[in-house]
Amino acid sequence: MNAIRKLNRRQLMRGMLGGSAVTVALPLLECFLNDNGSAYAATGAALPPCFGTWFFGLGLTPGHWVPKETGNRYTLPEHLGALAPVQAKFNLFSGMQVFLDGKANQNHYSGAQCQMTGMVTRTGSEYSISFDQLIADAIGQRCRFRSLEVDCSGDRKATWSARGSNGMNPSEISPLALYMRIFGPEFRDPNAANFVPDPDVMLRHSVLSGVTDQRQDWMRRISATDRTRLDEYFSSVRDLEQKLGVELQKPSPLPACSVPRQPVRAVSENLGPLVEQTESTNRLFAQLLAHALSCGQTQVFNVTMANSFSPLRKAGETTGYHQLTHEEPIDAQLGYQPKCKWLAEQHMRFLRDFLQTLDSIKEGDGTLLDRTVVFGFTDHGEARLHSMKNYPIFTAGSGGGRMRTGYHLAAQGDAVTRVGLTIMQALAIPSSGSWGTETNHVTRPFSEVLV
Amino acid sequence: MRLWQIAVATALPLCASLWGSLAQADADVGIVRLTPDQYQRAIHDIFGPNVQVGDNQVEPGVREDGLLAVGNRKLTVGSTELERDETLAREIAAQVVDPNRRATLLECQPKSARGPDDACAARFLARAGRLLFRRPLSAVELQRYVATQDRLAQQRQSFYAGLAAALAQMLITPDFLFRVEISNPDPTQPHTLQLDGYSRATRLSFFLWNSAPDGELLDAVQSGRLMSPRGLQQQVDRLLSSPRLADGMRAFFIDMLGFGGLDQDPGFDTLSIDTNLYPNFTPNVRADAQEQTLRTIVDQLLNHNADYRDLFVSRDTFLTPTLAALYGVPLPRAQELGGAVPWVPYRFAPDAPYVGLLSQVSFLALHSHPGRSSPTRRGKALREVFLCEKVPPPPGNVDFSLVQNTSDPRYKTVRQRLTVHRSAPMCAGCHKITDPIGLAFENFDTAGEYRSTENGAPIDASGELNGQSFDGVGQLAEIIRDDPATTSCLINRVYAFGTERQPTPQEHAWLTSLQAELSKDGVRWRELVRRVTLNPDFYTLPMSSAPLSTAVVH
Repeated sequence: MNAIRKLNRRQLMRGMLGGSAVTVALPLLECFLNDNGSAYAATGAALPPCFGTWFFGLGLTPGHWVPKETGNRYTLPEHLGALAPVQAKFNLFSGMQVFLDGKANQNHYSGAQCQMTGMVTRTGSEYSISFDQLIADAIGQRCRFRSLEVDCSGDRKATWSARGSNGMNPSEISPLALYMRIFGPEFRDPNAANFVPDPDVMLRHSVLSGVTDQRQDWMRRISATDRTRLDEYFSSVRDLEQKLGVELQKPSPLPACSVPRQPVRAVSENLGPLVEQTESTNRLFAQLLAHALSCGQTQVFNVTMANSFSPLRKAGETTGYHQLTHEEPIDAQLGYQPKCKWLAEQHMRFLRDFLQTLDSIKEGDGTLLDRTVVFGFTDHGEARLHSMKNYPIFTAGSGGGRMRTGYHLAAQGDAVTRVGLTIMQALAIPSSGSWGTETNHVTRPFSEVLV
Repeated sequence: MRLWQIAVATALPLCASLWGSLAQADADVGIVRLTPDQYQRAIHDIFGPNVQVGDNQVEPGVREDGLLAVGNRKLTVGSTELERDETLAREIAAQVVDPNRRATLLECQPKSARGPDDACAARFLARAGRLLFRRPLSAVELQRYVATQDRLAQQRQSFYAGLAAALAQMLITPDFLFRVEISNPDPTQPHTLQLDGYSRATRLSFFLWNSAPDGELLDAVQSGRLMSPRGLQQQVDRLLSSPRLADGMRAFFIDMLGFGGLDQDPGFDTLSIDTNLYPNFTPNVRADAQEQTLRTIVDQLLNHNADYRDLFVSRDTFLTPTLAALYGVPLPRAQELGGAVPWVPYRFAPDAPYVGLLSQVSFLALHSHPGRSSPTRRGKALREVFLCEKVPPPPGNVDFSLVQNTSDPRYKTVRQRLTVHRSAPMCAGCHKITDPIGLAFENFDTAGEYRSTENGAPIDASGELNGQSFDGVGQLAEIIRDDPATTSCLINRVYAFGTERQPTPQEHAWLTSLQAELSKDGVRWRELVRRVTLNPDFYTLPMSSAPLSTAVVH
């Protein structure tokens, strides 16, 4: 069905280019429509859900983050105090673990890998499709950007998102560059009165179609070993065709959409792992992503604070976060590593900043956060010991009323993959009856939070 | 038949059969993605160095068996990269047809600038396409790009807009973004595939020059000469005598030395050394430190034909004022020496603590913590980068606190703290491998600056490697120079880098005999890569699709 529609769209585009008409009515893109096909602005009807991941390295302080009570009337522990203003809008999952099934623990890798892909591989150079991309396959296909990836520490390699087993989706590290990508000259304001398709975009679309036309020929010739890599390349070409196709259509108005201010270069390019730098970059990216979502430019995003060997550091400290988790003594009186605890709390502050930014965009009766699901995750239950148990996991936002929020759910050693499964089922992703491999294979979502 | 079709059919008699030959059931077509550097070099070589190639960052590489080049075989072009590639393609194409350049880059003028000209387009696209795709285009392919030009030139009423669109289309096809390897079963060896002529030329050129084959190399394929031992030797010698050999060498050492990141150690792009704590480690140091090492290697191994092993003990290098401040040496200004670049050749005094590659900032700072030196990281890097050993990752459930509590009055130096750490049996195994050699570098702090004390206590930089004791990095460097593993490591890495895979057992045997010969006569770059590229196995692939290698451990 999708393939046929795409082909038709492509042929239509080419027809447009070949002829002179630029006002041909194309099938409207689902990105801008609700189920009835009426414009959002006219009806105020449900906007489509969005999904994003938000990764912070090195977990939280053991013994200090699990609330005593479960359900939706729990007391937020002091360690998570920063999140108090948004407590009603997120869920906290405790007591979950990653099963290695006899494979070596690739420190700071296997845990995050399992939460994103549902599996643990034998080596650290293997990866597979992450569930944000499964979601993008289902809901993100009709926007300009299939998904957007960013990192807040200046590390392009810090990412957990992958389309398949042939490399990761690189992170954008400069807010200014992301701004230009989304809101630069190619951006078409959905609320603008006039719309004229850009002939340059039409030309580019036509050029890309010529590449897509080579696909069958290539796939027939390519060796079995390299087939999936070539297939992913052609998927990338299709994504770009899709993006240009969106740009050639008059978008439906989205009242909540506004163009954010262009980041100031000096601020935008102050990249690095210092607490102040990460905090500032996270805020800038939050703004840009929030506006991108509210303007219908994408429905899927991935944010990392840094790579999982987190280099987050307080200015003037000689040692970064990862090193501290292994080296800082546990204070005998306090019973924890004080510097590590402080850094973990900075991550919670950053998470709050991010969620509040999404929540600040009003859409009808709700907010952008309300129609989004954000999956907050980390690499270790206790980083000091490379522990694969008791992972702190968050979901925030209700995906447009599809998930309940405000809960603390305490699992009894269940596989972490249950959270991903729950999200996919909430968003009605096809074939999400079960997810994961070996012991991390799960079939039971957290029905308590499914509406 | 139109004029340009006749021209193509007569000028390129071989090309029509090129893709046709792939219809053979046993021909194998593989793809390896161009690196950003290779992309840029290819464009500059084909269209001139003044054509700007914007930032083309690609998805994170995968390091396998010590090399990103080996992991490169796993990568594709993702959506983000393709978006970027398409922008680059348009920017490059626009520059090529720019009124200021078209006279030199295009061999003909269109009948009219306001419409298509298939014949003129075909001439340009056939020539540029051959260099971009590293093989002649088939008639069908050429027709496809000419048709793009025709259609879009008509639509935009501009020949050059149409031609730029066709060129941009070439630049985003798999033919350009990937190196295509076409191979057939090797009649002399079971389970082995032999690269065809154009794939050989491509492998050879990217290995030696880190760029696409030039016209002469492609001619050698087209005439069949490259497939003969004599013809191959002629081309290899020609490539070796070019100054562009330095480009290939730099690409290799950037990869081998881990300048892009090594396991959990950052690369230079993300290296964070605290400038407040180390004021001489200014932002420029990151770029200069890499360049110092590469410049030194190129100068020694190419300009002076030096033995690779002597890099570890040589006191000759190049410095900038920024680096000179860090090394604590006076430096004459480059401008006063009449140089166009800020680099000045420099020889450290015989009693200076700086000796060879291992005492350069690029090694010392890259394998440190942001504010502290790390004998463990340096020892691990030395083992893995230069000796090709594999150090296992730390186990879970370890209490490191004793090692790092720098305020404990009992343990003032890292050596004292690590000694306590090594007394724990579960840590001892690996730290015995890394620390005793890593401690040799303790006279250099995080930023690579010399120091003789830590927390007021004198630094003891003695240790032992493979039963030989040393005191300080100078003596350690001599042991490394004489260690056979140093030579075998280089040779194996070079071979794996060139083939982008691990050597087969048969190739291992050949490499071992090569090592014996070179160790005796001198490990010299030109001779090493000459022997490698003249080895027929260099142009083969194992037939199995099974994974070739072990993997990175995080």
